[in-house]
Amino acid sequence: MNSVALPADSAGGEGSRHVHSHAPGHGAGGPASKRIVVGYGFWIYLISDIIMFSALFAAYAVLAPATAGGPSARQIFDPDSVAIETACLLASSFACGMASIAVSQRSMKWTQISLLISGLLGFVFLLFELHEFHGLVARGFGPTRSAFLSAFFTLVGCHGLHITAGLLWLGTMMAQFYAKGFRRDIQYRYLCFSLFWHALDIIWVAIFSLVYLVGMNL
Amino acid sequence: MSVGGDLAPGYESEEGEGREGIREGVRSYSLGLALAIALTLASFWVARTHIIYGPGIPVALVALAVAQMGIHLVFFLHITTAPDNTNNVLALAFGVLIVFVLVFGTVWVMAHMNHNMMPMQDMMRM
Repeated sequence: MNSVALPADSAGGEGSRHVHSHAPGHGAGGPASKRIVVGYGFWIYLISDIIMFSALFAAYAVLAPATAGGPSARQIFDPDSVAIETACLLASSFACGMASIAVSQRSMKWTQISLLISGLLGFVFLLFELHEFHGLVARGFGPTRSAFLSAFFTLVGCHGLHITAGLLWLGTMMAQFYAKGFRRDIQYRYLCFSLFWHALDIIWVAIFSLVYLVGMNL
Repeated sequence: MSVGGDLAPGYESEEGEGREGIREGVRSYSLGLALAIALTLASFWVARTHIIYGPGIPVALVALAVAQMGIHLVFFLHITTAPDNTNNVLALAFGVLIVFVLVFGTVWVMAHMNHNMMPMQDMMRM
C-alpha cells in the first residue's frame, strides 16, 4: 500500500496541478489532506512520548548498578516471562495492522475480530507484567528497595500504564466502529490508535533488549 | 471521499483498495512480522549464547534493537521516504537527535561524576 505512490513529476512543483490533490508535500498541490495532518500531529505527540521514555531509560542506565545491597538485574529477571510478553506484544501489533487493513476495506467483521485479538494479546501481556511486579514486591524487591528497582519499576511500569491506556482506547475504538460505522472522524481516531499501539511495541523492543537481555548479562 | 493517493504513516489510501490492497497489505505486515520475529529470536539467542565475547553482547543487543525498531517504523508505522512523509521523517530525525543527546549525555556526565566523586569512606570521615 505504500506503493500507491505519487507520480514522480508531482513532486516537481508548478507544472503538476491535479484536480484531486496528491499533496506531494513540497508546497505544491495545495494544503495536505486532513489525514496527513492528523497523522503528523499524532506523530509529534508520539515522539514527545518517546523522548519522555528516553529520560526514563537514561535514569535506568545510570541507576542500574545502584542496587544498595539488594538484588541485581541478573537475579530477578525471568527470561521466559520476557519472551512470552515480547511475543504477545508483537502479535498484538500485527493484529492491529490487520485491523488497519480491515478498516481500509470497510469490513466490520474483520475489524472487530482483529481488534479483539489485538486487545486480548495486550491484556495477556499486561497480566504477565503484573504477575512479575507482584512477585518482585512479594519477595521484598519493590521499588523502595534500591535505586535500581525504583528506576526499573518506573520505566517498565510507565510502559505498562501506556498499554493499559491503549487497551481502554482499543475498546473504545471497537465500540465506536460498531456504533458509528466507518465514519471519517472515527477512521482518523483509529489511525491515531494504530500509531500509538505500534509505537508502544517499539518502546517494548528497547525495554526487552536494553533492560532485560542486557541486564541478564551484566 | 475524494482524497486519494496521499498516505500518512500507518494508513492506507481511503478508496480504490480492492482485493489487491488486502493482499499487498497482508504481505507487507507479514514481512514486517517475520523480520521482527527473526531479530527478536536473534536478540534472545545473543543474550543466552556463550559463543560471543562477553563485553560484545550489549553492543550486539543494541544493534539488534535498533534494527528491529527500524523494521517496526517501516512496516508497521509506515514511515517511508514518500514525499508526503517528509514532515514525519524530519520529526523523527529530530526526535532521534534529542533521544541520543539525552541518553548518551546523561550516561556520559554521570559516569564522569561517579569517577570524580570522593569515595564513600572518605566522605564518612569528614
